[in-house]
Amino acid sequence: MALPANHPAGRAQAKVMNRFDITKRMVARLHHDEAVIGGIGYTNFDLWAAGRRPQNFYMLGSMGLAVPIGLGVALAQPRRKVIALEGDGSILMQLGSLATVAARAQKNLAIVIMDNGAYQITGGQKALSDQGADIVAIARGAGLSQSAWAADESAFEELIELSLKEDGPWLIGCRIGPEKPADTTERDPPRIKDQFMRGLGVKT
Amino acid sequence: MDTETPGSSWHAITQAVLKRHKVDLVVYVPDNVLRPLIDGIHADPFFTTFSVAREEEGLGIIAGAWMAGRRGILLMQTSGFATLANVIASLSVPFQIPTLMLVSERGTLGEFNIGQTMVARTMRPVLDCLAVEHHTMTRLDEVEFILDRSIVQAVATQSPVCFILSPLLTGGKVFAA
Repeated sequence: MALPANHPAGRAQAKVMNRFDITKRMVARLHHDEAVIGGIGYTNFDLWAAGRRPQNFYMLGSMGLAVPIGLGVALAQPRRKVIALEGDGSILMQLGSLATVAARAQKNLAIVIMDNGAYQITGGQKALSDQGADIVAIARGAGLSQSAWAADESAFEELIELSLKEDGPWLIGCRIGPEKPADTTERDPPRIKDQFMRGLGVKT
Repeated sequence: MDTETPGSSWHAITQAVLKRHKVDLVVYVPDNVLRPLIDGIHADPFFTTFSVAREEEGLGIIAGAWMAGRRGILLMQTSGFATLANVIASLSVPFQIPTLMLVSERGTLGEFNIGQTMVARTMRPVLDCLAVEHHTMTRLDEVEFILDRSIVQAVATQSPVCFILSPLLTGGKVFAA
C-alpha cells in the first residue's frame, strides 16, 4: 500500500471541491487510453463536459452500477486502467460491489466517488453520506484498504496519479459542492456503447 | 431429471456449451439447484467465476466485460431475477448488450415457500414486457440446442437472453418436511 500519509481521517476534514474542476483535473491525467465509467447524474454530465473520450462510458440509468461495469471492463482488459466514477447516492445503492472489488483484488481498477451529501439532481435531498455515512470508511471496511479522502485538489491529483501508476484497487473520496454541471450528456445509448467498444479496441 | 453421468447432465452440457462459445466469465448469486454447475465451473480453469452480493451488480459486471471484449453470464434464482427489471431496462436493452442470464426456477412444481411462488409469477411477464428472449428448458435433450442457438442469436442481434432451468429438468428444490 502506497497511500500518502496526509489524507484526512474522515469526510468532515476533506475540502469541499468543485466537481467539474476536479473531473477536468482527472481527465487531464489520462494519457494511456484509460477507461472511465461515468455513473448517472451530474457526475456523468461533468465527465461529458470535461471532454468526450472514446474510452468513456456514459451510463443513462442502472443507478449504482458504475463500479460493477468498471469491474467487468477491468476483468476483460487487465492491462488497461479503469476508473469507475460514481456519486455518493449511487454507491450507497450498491455497497456490496465494494466488497466484490476488494475480494477480486482488481489491480487495474480505481473508484472515484463524488460526494456532495445530497441527491442534487432530484432537488438536493440529503443523502446518507450527509448523515454520518463515511464512504471511505465503508470502503475500508469492505476490504478496500487503499481508500482515502482527497484533502484538496492537489491531493486529489496525487491520488489519481498514484492510482494510475500503482496496483489497485483504489477508492478516492471527493467532497464536492452544489454547483450545477457544465453540460448534459447526449442520451444516445447505442452510439455511446459503439464508441466505447471502439475506444477499447473491441470493434474496429 | 438430472443424471450424474458426466457429459450428459444439464450442468455438464451447459458448461460445455459456455466453453464452446467462449463465455468464460461466470458471475453468480448461489442457488442450491445451480450448485453442480457452479462447482463444475469453479473446478475448470477455463472460467473466471465468483459470487456477487446482488444480481444487479452481476449484470453490470457482465455488461462491462462484454463491452470490453469478454463474454460472461449471470447465474441466479427466480427471486434474484426479480431485482433486475431496472438494469435490464436501462442497461442491457437500450445499450444493446447481449447479457446472458441463467435462472434456476423456483416457485413452481412443488415449491414450499410462498414468497418464492409469488415472485416467480413476475419473471416471465417482466421478460415479455421488456421483449427479452427467454427459453424454459424442461428436458435434457433440448438443453444444448437452446443454449447453443440462443447464445449465437444474442451475440448476433446484440440482445439479452434469459435461460430458465425448469424443475422438470433439474429436479428443483425438494420440500424437506
